[in-house]
Amino acid sequence: MTSILGKKIGMTQIFIKGGKIVPITVVEAGPCQVIQIKTLEKDGYEAVKIGFIEERKRKKMPNPIKGIFKKAGTQSFRVLKEFSMDGLNVGDIIKADIFSKGDIVAVSGISKGKGFQGVMKRHNFKGGPGSHGSMHNRAPGSIGGSSSPSRVWKGIKMAGHMGSKRVTTKNLTIADVRPDLNLILIKGAVPGAINGIVEIRHQRKIRMSNQV
Amino acid sequence: MSLIQPIEEGYKRELTDFNVGDTVKVYIKVVEGDKERLQPFEGIVISRKGGGIRETFMVRKISFGIGVERIFPLHSPSINKIEVLKQGVVRRAKLYYLRDRKGKKAKVKEKRRTTVAKT
Repeated sequence: MTSILGKKIGMTQIFIKGGKIVPITVVEAGPCQVIQIKTLEKDGYEAVKIGFIEERKRKKMPNPIKGIFKKAGTQSFRVLKEFSMDGLNVGDIIKADIFSKGDIVAVSGISKGKGFQGVMKRHNFKGGPGSHGSMHNRAPGSIGGSSSPSRVWKGIKMAGHMGSKRVTTKNLTIADVRPDLNLILIKGAVPGAINGIVEIRHQRKIRMSNQV
Repeated sequence: MSLIQPIEEGYKRELTDFNVGDTVKVYIKVVEGDKERLQPFEGIVISRKGGGIRETFMVRKISFGIGVERIFPLHSPSINKIEVLKQGVVRRAKLYYLRDRKGKKAKVKEKRRTTVAKT
Protein backbone atom coordinates (compact mmCIF):
# COMPACT_ATOMS: atom_id res chain seq x y z
CA MET A 1 0.00 0.00 0.00
CA THR A 2 1.51 3.29 -1.05
CA SER A 3 0.83 6.52 0.75
CA ILE A 4 2.02 10.10 0.62
CA LEU A 5 1.48 13.37 2.46
CA GLY A 6 0.30 16.41 0.61
CA LYS A 7 -0.93 19.96 0.86
CA LYS A 8 -4.30 20.90 -0.57
CA ILE A 9 -3.81 23.66 -3.11
CA GLY A 10 -7.38 24.15 -4.30
CA MET A 11 -9.92 23.07 -6.83
CA THR A 12 -10.37 23.65 -10.53
CA GLN A 13 -11.68 21.74 -13.51
CA ILE A 14 -10.15 19.95 -16.46
CA PHE A 15 -11.48 18.60 -19.71
CA ILE A 16 -11.29 14.91 -20.52
CA LYS A 17 -11.90 13.00 -23.71
CA GLY A 18 -15.19 13.90 -25.35
CA GLY A 19 -15.15 17.42 -23.91
CA LYS A 20 -16.43 16.33 -20.50
CA ILE A 21 -15.59 18.59 -17.57
CA VAL A 22 -14.18 16.93 -14.47
CA PRO A 23 -13.90 18.77 -11.13
CA ILE A 24 -10.49 18.18 -9.59
CA THR A 25 -8.62 18.97 -6.40
CA VAL A 26 -4.98 19.91 -6.83
CA VAL A 27 -2.74 18.48 -4.10
CA GLU A 28 0.93 19.23 -3.78
CA ALA A 29 2.15 15.79 -2.75
CA GLY A 30 5.64 15.20 -1.50
CA PRO A 31 8.52 14.92 -1.78
CA CYS A 32 8.40 13.08 1.53
CA GLN A 33 11.34 11.41 3.22
CA VAL A 34 11.35 8.26 5.29
CA ILE A 35 12.44 9.17 8.83
CA GLN A 36 11.99 5.90 10.69
CA ILE A 37 11.00 2.29 10.10
CA LYS A 38 9.03 0.81 12.98
CA THR A 39 9.27 -2.94 13.36
CA LEU A 40 7.22 -5.57 15.12
CA GLU A 41 10.15 -6.62 17.30
CA LYS A 42 11.14 -3.19 18.49
CA ASP A 43 7.95 -1.12 18.44
CA GLY A 44 5.23 -3.75 18.54
CA TYR A 45 3.82 -2.79 15.14
CA GLU A 46 5.03 -2.13 11.64
CA ALA A 47 4.97 1.34 10.17
CA VAL A 48 6.95 3.82 8.15
CA LYS A 49 7.30 7.34 9.49
CA ILE A 50 7.56 9.94 6.76
CA GLY A 51 8.20 13.66 6.90
CA PHE A 52 6.76 16.37 4.68
CA ILE A 53 7.52 20.08 4.20
CA GLU A 54 11.07 21.05 4.97
CA GLU A 55 11.49 22.90 8.27
CA ARG A 56 13.90 25.78 8.31
CA LYS A 57 13.57 27.23 11.82
CA ARG A 58 15.46 24.47 13.52
CA LYS A 59 16.18 26.49 16.66
CA LYS A 60 12.55 26.49 17.76
CA MET A 61 12.20 22.74 17.51
CA PRO A 62 11.88 20.79 20.79
CA ASN A 63 14.84 18.57 21.57
CA PRO A 64 13.04 15.20 21.37
CA ILE A 65 11.89 16.00 17.85
CA LYS A 66 15.34 17.23 16.89
CA GLY A 67 16.64 13.84 17.97
CA ILE A 68 14.36 12.02 15.53
CA PHE A 69 15.91 13.79 12.59
CA LYS A 70 19.42 13.51 14.00
CA LYS A 71 19.01 9.77 14.27
CA ALA A 72 17.63 9.49 10.76
CA GLY A 73 20.37 11.73 9.42
CA THR A 74 17.89 13.74 7.39
CA GLN A 75 16.80 17.33 7.32
CA SER A 76 13.95 18.33 9.60
CA PHE A 77 10.35 18.31 8.54
CA ARG A 78 7.28 20.12 9.73
CA VAL A 79 4.84 17.24 9.37
CA LEU A 80 5.44 13.66 10.49
CA LYS A 81 3.00 10.80 9.93
CA GLU A 82 3.13 7.03 10.08
CA PHE A 83 1.84 4.75 7.36
CA SER A 84 1.88 1.04 6.79
CA MET A 85 4.12 0.58 3.78
CA ASP A 86 6.87 -1.83 2.94
CA GLY A 87 10.04 -1.98 0.90
CA LEU A 88 11.36 1.35 2.14
CA ASN A 89 14.52 2.38 3.98
CA VAL A 90 15.34 5.40 6.12
CA GLY A 91 16.23 8.33 3.91
CA ASP A 92 14.19 7.17 0.92
CA ILE A 93 12.28 9.88 -0.86
CA ILE A 94 8.65 9.37 -1.80
CA LYS A 95 7.42 11.44 -4.71
CA ALA A 96 4.08 12.06 -6.34
CA ASP A 97 4.88 9.55 -9.11
CA ILE A 98 4.19 6.61 -6.79
CA PHE A 99 0.61 7.17 -7.88
CA SER A 100 -0.56 6.95 -11.45
CA LYS A 101 -3.58 8.04 -13.39
CA GLY A 102 -6.68 6.00 -12.61
CA ASP A 103 -5.60 4.81 -9.16
CA ILE A 104 -8.31 4.62 -6.52
CA VAL A 105 -7.30 6.39 -3.31
CA ALA A 106 -8.62 7.34 0.08
CA VAL A 107 -7.80 10.86 1.24
CA SER A 108 -7.80 11.97 4.89
CA GLY A 109 -7.58 15.46 6.24
CA ILE A 110 -8.79 17.72 9.01
CA SER A 111 -12.17 19.09 7.99
CA LYS A 112 -12.97 22.78 8.08
CA GLY A 113 -14.10 23.94 11.51
CA LYS A 114 -17.75 24.97 11.68
CA GLY A 115 -17.89 26.06 15.34
CA PHE A 116 -20.85 25.32 17.61
CA GLN A 117 -23.67 24.15 15.40
CA GLY A 118 -27.25 23.08 15.95
CA VAL A 119 -28.63 19.64 15.20
CA MET A 120 -29.95 20.53 11.75
CA LYS A 121 -26.54 21.38 10.36
CA ARG A 122 -24.55 18.98 12.53
CA HIS A 123 -26.64 15.82 12.29
CA ASN A 124 -28.96 16.58 9.38
CA PHE A 125 -32.10 16.69 11.57
CA LYS A 126 -35.21 17.72 9.74
CA GLY A 127 -36.36 20.49 12.09
CA GLY A 128 -39.95 21.52 12.55
CA PRO A 129 -42.44 23.32 10.29
CA GLY A 130 -41.40 26.83 9.38
CA SER A 131 -44.78 28.50 9.74
CA HIS A 132 -48.47 27.95 10.59
CA GLY A 133 -47.85 29.05 14.17
CA SER A 134 -45.21 26.42 14.77
CA MET A 135 -42.61 27.41 17.31
CA HIS A 136 -40.62 24.21 16.83
CA ASN A 137 -38.27 25.40 14.15
CA ARG A 138 -34.68 24.20 14.47
CA ALA A 139 -34.89 22.50 17.90
CA PRO A 140 -33.88 18.83 18.30
CA GLY A 141 -37.17 17.68 19.84
CA SER A 142 -37.31 14.80 22.28
CA ILE A 143 -34.04 13.42 23.57
CA GLY A 144 -35.41 10.39 25.33
CA GLY A 145 -37.99 8.88 27.68
CA SER A 146 -39.17 10.37 30.98
CA SER A 147 -39.32 8.02 33.97
CA SER A 148 -37.53 5.29 32.10
CA PRO A 149 -34.62 5.62 31.73
CA SER A 150 -34.76 8.96 33.67
CA ARG A 151 -31.59 10.07 31.96
CA VAL A 152 -30.32 10.81 28.50
CA TRP A 153 -28.67 7.92 26.68
CA LYS A 154 -25.01 8.35 25.90
CA GLY A 155 -24.27 9.35 22.35
CA ILE A 156 -27.59 11.15 21.72
CA LYS A 157 -27.13 13.50 18.78
CA MET A 158 -27.19 17.06 20.07
CA ALA A 159 -25.88 20.48 19.16
CA GLY A 160 -22.17 21.04 19.64
CA HIS A 161 -18.85 21.58 17.98
CA MET A 162 -18.72 20.57 14.35
CA GLY A 163 -15.80 20.10 11.99
CA SER A 164 -12.06 20.30 12.69
CA LYS A 165 -11.85 16.55 12.93
CA ARG A 166 -10.27 13.87 10.83
CA VAL A 167 -12.36 12.97 7.81
CA THR A 168 -11.60 10.33 5.19
CA THR A 169 -13.06 10.40 1.71
CA LYS A 170 -12.85 7.06 -0.03
CA ASN A 171 -13.12 5.91 -3.63
CA LEU A 172 -11.50 8.96 -5.17
CA THR A 173 -9.87 8.58 -8.57
CA ILE A 174 -6.56 10.12 -9.52
CA ALA A 175 -7.21 12.19 -12.62
CA ASP A 176 -3.58 13.01 -13.38
CA VAL A 177 -0.12 13.17 -11.83
CA ARG A 178 2.44 15.87 -12.58
CA PRO A 179 5.73 14.64 -11.15
CA ASP A 180 7.59 17.72 -12.42
CA LEU A 181 5.47 19.99 -10.19
CA ASN A 182 4.89 17.39 -7.41
CA LEU A 183 1.19 17.67 -8.07
CA ILE A 184 -1.56 15.08 -7.92
CA LEU A 185 -4.95 15.87 -9.41
CA ILE A 186 -7.76 14.06 -7.62
CA LYS A 187 -11.22 13.82 -9.09
CA GLY A 188 -13.74 15.35 -6.70
CA ALA A 189 -13.42 17.10 -3.37
CA VAL A 190 -10.97 16.34 -0.58
CA PRO A 191 -11.48 17.07 3.15
CA GLY A 192 -9.98 20.18 4.69
CA ALA A 193 -9.23 23.76 3.91
CA ILE A 194 -6.78 25.11 1.34
CA ASN A 195 -3.19 24.66 2.59
CA GLY A 196 -4.36 21.85 4.85
CA ILE A 197 -2.32 18.68 5.15
CA VAL A 198 -3.88 15.59 3.57
CA GLU A 199 -2.88 11.94 3.50
CA ILE A 200 -3.31 10.11 0.23
CA ARG A 201 -3.43 6.33 0.48
CA HIS A 202 -3.95 3.59 -2.04
CA GLN A 203 -7.26 2.01 -1.25
CA ARG A 204 -7.24 -1.67 -0.43
CA LYS A 205 -10.94 -2.30 -0.79
CA ILE A 206 -12.42 -0.83 -3.93
CA ARG A 207 -16.09 -0.18 -4.43
CA MET A 208 -17.58 -2.34 -7.19
CA SER A 209 -18.67 0.60 -9.31
CA ASN A 210 -15.09 1.83 -9.45
CA GLN A 211 -13.66 -1.43 -10.73
CA VAL A 212 -13.33 -1.06 -14.46
CA MET B 1 -3.34 29.77 -6.60
CA SER B 2 0.03 29.80 -8.31
CA LEU B 3 0.19 26.01 -8.52
CA ILE B 4 -3.26 25.73 -10.05
CA GLN B 5 -2.35 28.06 -12.88
CA PRO B 6 0.08 25.76 -14.73
CA ILE B 7 -2.60 23.07 -14.75
CA GLU B 8 -5.28 25.36 -16.09
CA GLU B 9 -2.94 26.77 -18.72
CA GLY B 10 -2.40 23.30 -20.11
CA TYR B 11 -6.09 22.98 -20.91
CA LYS B 12 -6.64 26.45 -22.34
CA ARG B 13 -7.21 26.92 -26.03
CA GLU B 14 -6.64 29.87 -28.26
CA LEU B 15 -9.76 30.48 -30.26
CA THR B 16 -11.01 33.45 -32.21
CA ASP B 17 -11.70 36.35 -29.91
CA PHE B 18 -15.25 37.63 -29.80
CA ASN B 19 -17.39 39.87 -27.65
CA VAL B 20 -20.92 39.97 -26.34
CA GLY B 21 -23.24 41.09 -29.14
CA ASP B 22 -21.30 39.40 -31.90
CA THR B 23 -22.97 36.94 -34.19
CA VAL B 24 -20.92 33.79 -34.18
CA LYS B 25 -20.95 30.34 -35.70
CA VAL B 26 -19.72 27.67 -33.32
CA TYR B 27 -18.64 24.39 -34.85
CA ILE B 28 -19.22 21.61 -32.33
CA LYS B 29 -17.74 18.16 -32.64
CA VAL B 30 -20.51 15.59 -32.47
CA VAL B 31 -19.70 11.90 -32.14
CA GLU B 32 -22.25 9.55 -33.68
CA GLY B 33 -21.30 5.94 -33.20
CA ASP B 34 -17.67 5.95 -34.22
CA LYS B 35 -17.98 8.83 -36.66
CA GLU B 36 -17.31 12.42 -35.81
CA ARG B 37 -18.87 15.36 -37.59
CA LEU B 38 -19.15 19.10 -37.10
CA GLN B 39 -22.43 20.68 -36.13
CA PRO B 40 -22.65 24.45 -36.50
CA PHE B 41 -24.62 26.59 -34.06
CA GLU B 42 -25.14 30.15 -35.20
CA GLY B 43 -26.45 32.96 -33.05
CA ILE B 44 -25.78 36.06 -30.98
CA VAL B 45 -23.44 35.86 -27.99
CA ILE B 46 -25.54 37.15 -25.11
CA SER B 47 -23.21 36.52 -22.20
CA ARG B 48 -19.68 35.61 -21.23
CA LYS B 49 -19.20 34.34 -17.71
CA GLY B 50 -16.45 33.14 -15.44
CA GLY B 51 -12.71 33.39 -15.78
CA GLY B 52 -9.74 31.24 -16.62
CA ILE B 53 -10.52 27.69 -17.60
CA ARG B 54 -14.08 28.05 -16.26
CA GLU B 55 -15.12 30.74 -18.73
CA THR B 56 -18.32 30.04 -20.63
CA PHE B 57 -20.36 31.89 -23.25
CA MET B 58 -24.02 31.76 -24.16
CA VAL B 59 -25.26 31.82 -27.73
CA ARG B 60 -28.89 32.61 -28.53
CA LYS B 61 -30.66 31.93 -31.78
CA ILE B 62 -34.22 31.68 -32.99
CA SER B 63 -34.86 28.25 -34.37
CA PHE B 64 -38.22 27.73 -36.12
CA GLY B 65 -39.73 30.56 -34.08
CA ILE B 66 -38.45 29.24 -30.76
CA GLY B 67 -35.58 30.85 -28.89
CA VAL B 68 -32.71 28.45 -28.27
CA GLU B 69 -29.78 29.24 -26.00
CA ARG B 70 -26.69 27.13 -25.64
CA ILE B 71 -23.91 27.57 -23.12
CA PHE B 72 -20.44 26.49 -24.20
CA PRO B 73 -17.32 26.23 -22.07
CA LEU B 74 -14.92 28.56 -23.87
CA HIS B 75 -11.98 26.16 -23.65
CA SER B 76 -13.95 23.00 -24.38
CA PRO B 77 -12.11 20.59 -26.68
CA SER B 78 -15.42 19.75 -28.36
CA ILE B 79 -15.48 23.16 -30.01
CA ASN B 80 -13.74 22.83 -33.35
CA LYS B 81 -13.73 26.52 -34.27
CA ILE B 82 -15.63 29.75 -33.77
CA GLU B 83 -16.37 32.08 -36.68
CA VAL B 84 -17.30 35.70 -36.02
CA LEU B 85 -19.88 36.60 -38.66
CA LYS B 86 -20.89 40.06 -37.42
CA GLN B 87 -19.60 42.36 -34.73
CA GLY B 88 -22.31 44.02 -32.69
CA VAL B 89 -22.54 47.34 -30.90
CA VAL B 90 -23.80 46.77 -27.39
CA ARG B 91 -23.83 48.78 -24.19
CA ARG B 92 -24.09 46.03 -21.66
CA ALA B 93 -22.28 42.82 -20.78
CA LYS B 94 -25.32 40.58 -20.70
CA LEU B 95 -27.94 40.79 -23.42
CA TYR B 96 -30.70 39.00 -21.52
CA TYR B 97 -33.15 41.70 -22.65
CA LEU B 98 -33.19 40.03 -26.08
CA ARG B 99 -35.25 37.23 -24.57
CA ASP B 100 -38.22 39.55 -24.12
CA ARG B 101 -38.04 40.95 -27.62
CA LYS B 102 -39.27 39.65 -30.92
CA GLY B 103 -38.52 40.34 -34.57
CA LYS B 104 -36.77 43.53 -35.46
CA LYS B 105 -36.46 44.66 -31.84
CA ALA B 106 -34.42 41.61 -31.01
CA LYS B 107 -31.63 42.77 -33.29
CA VAL B 108 -28.21 43.99 -32.26
CA LYS B 109 -26.80 46.94 -34.14
CA GLU B 110 -23.90 45.93 -36.32
CA LYS B 111 -20.55 47.57 -35.91
CA ARG B 112 -19.75 49.66 -38.99
CA ARG B 113 -16.73 48.72 -40.96
CA THR B 114 -15.15 52.14 -40.43
CA THR B 115 -15.28 51.74 -36.66
CA VAL B 116 -13.79 48.27 -36.95
CA ALA B 117 -10.91 49.69 -38.93
CA LYS B 118 -10.24 52.32 -36.27
CA THR B 119 -10.01 49.79 -33.45
